[in-house]
Amino acid sequence: MRRVSALAHTSVGKKVLMAVTGFIWFGFLVGHMAGNLKAFTGAEHFDEYAHHLRVFGEPMVPPMGFLWTFRLLVLVAFVGHVILAWQTSRGSHAARQVAYRKQEHLSFSRASGFMRWGGVAILVFVIFHLLHMTTGQLHPDFVEGAAYANLVGGLSSPVVAGLYVLAMVAVSAHLYHGLWSLFQTVGAAHPKYHAARRPLAVAAALVIFFGFISIPVAVLTGVLTF
Amino acid sequence: MNFTLHVWRQDGPEVPGGFETYEARDISEHMSFLEMLDLVNEGLTHDGHEPVAFEHDCREGICGSCGMMINGVPHGPKGMVATCQLHMRSFRDGDEIWIEPWRATAFPVLRDLAVDRGALDRIIDAGGYISVRTGSPQDANALLIRKEDADLAMDAAQCIGCGACVAACPNASAMLFTAAKVSHLGLLPQGQPERYTRVLDMVTQHDREGFGNCTNHGACQEACPKGISVDFIARLNRDLVVSTWKTAGD
Ligand code: HEM
Ligand code: FES
Repeated sequence: MRRVSALAHTSVGKKVLMAVTGFIWFGFLVGHMAGNLKAFTGAEHFDEYAHHLRVFGEPMVPPMGFLWTFRLLVLVAFVGHVILAWQTSRGSHAARQVAYRKQEHLSFSRASGFMRWGGVAILVFVIFHLLHMTTGQLHPDFVEGAAYANLVGGLSSPVVAGLYVLAMVAVSAHLYHGLWSLFQTVGAAHPKYHAARRPLAVAAALVIFFGFISIPVAVLTGVLTF
Repeated sequence: MNFTLHVWRQDGPEVPGGFETYEARDISEHMSFLEMLDLVNEGLTHDGHEPVAFEHDCREGICGSCGMMINGVPHGPKGMVATCQLHMRSFRDGDEIWIEPWRATAFPVLRDLAVDRGALDRIIDAGGYISVRTGSPQDANALLIRKEDADLAMDAAQCIGCGACVAACPNASAMLFTAAKVSHLGLLPQGQPERYTRVLDMVTQHDREGFGNCTNHGACQEACPKGISVDFIARLNRDLVVSTWKTAGD
């Protein structure tokens, strides 16, 4: 723990922690996406999977035990990532108080300019998403435990489905720069596999993007119905 | 050649500044950017105005003092040269040229285009040195160094501390500078004893000076007159993780 907090004392260490917490989120997204894709195997399967998450490991693990442990890890990673993003952004703003009259964009990655605002968009989306699909306050006809019906019902409005697609644009763009950046941040940018980093980041971002948007698109086009 | 210059004028660190417009007439295409400014200054002095203050020394791209933002690019449009090595033939006749000082909280403007880059010196003070036993000199080649390491160390040692990386960085971070200094010592056997205290001390000083946080944008590498690679930042990051791991205990 002392090592972790020591990292949080330097700008570089903060970034390393952002890379680690961001990567935990990437892992979560891959799992989440795989779970979502089970919707294509039918309502029964999907509901069973959702239920399974809640009772995983029983009786060794209490009901919801696995899910909550997992949620806690992801929550700590998320909150940590956002706090560090806020701290580092504030530091960088303070570092240049007078703007240039003219400034060319020299960076080699356009996506890097959208990390902060894209990140805020993701934060807003995550809150909406939880109230929509997990707790149901923002869902028109939410039924506890009826995962498949909630999914299809929740995404049947084109506006909401469009919002999900837009959010995935933000998430994929963030991940694209993030995954590329991560190797640099933890110092694994050896020239030998340099060339592989960008294609790897593009591929991962595309898989996440298409994997996730397949659900709202399928609901809108009637491939997934009640 | 003729140019219209918009030059940042500011009398001192605490007073507000602004752009003044000057016409630069009959400029030879073979003049360096600084020589062009010298000529403009002669005119200003002749007319009883204060000349534009800018820093310069070697005028051959090795001292690092001549940095300025030219049309939104540190050291101007050519790439891989310092302002003193930029020639007017890199512009077109009649061009408008905006000239600004480096903008960073850690680089206060002293006057016009001259900024105080003392923050970089203090980062060096914090760890940019090695400890050696002095005495009779060693035989040449007594310490064998891999060619690859020697070359990399030389690449890093190219840094002239001009501050273009800070100027270009959207976060006003001096990480490329710090990484070059950390790497050029850390790659060589003579730099090993302090390798892990050096990186932590230098990064801590970097943060303390009020430079921003690197976000792997890469603008620094594009702006660097010496072409120093962001790979050195990755190397610094790795050394910092190891250093934190070693010093913090558990
Ligand atoms: C509220 C939401 C979020 C905010 C405000 C946010 C903000 C940021 C910022 C400012 C950076 C550093 C930018 C840079 O290095 O250029 C970053 C990096 C990163 N983010 Fe996020 N982010 C958020 C959510 C996420 C999510 C959901 C994921 C995972 C899918 C994620 C994954 C990453 C990764 C992998 C990095 C790379 C770290 C590095 O630079 O090495 N972020 N984020
Ligand atoms: S005057 Fe020395 S580098 Fe330009």
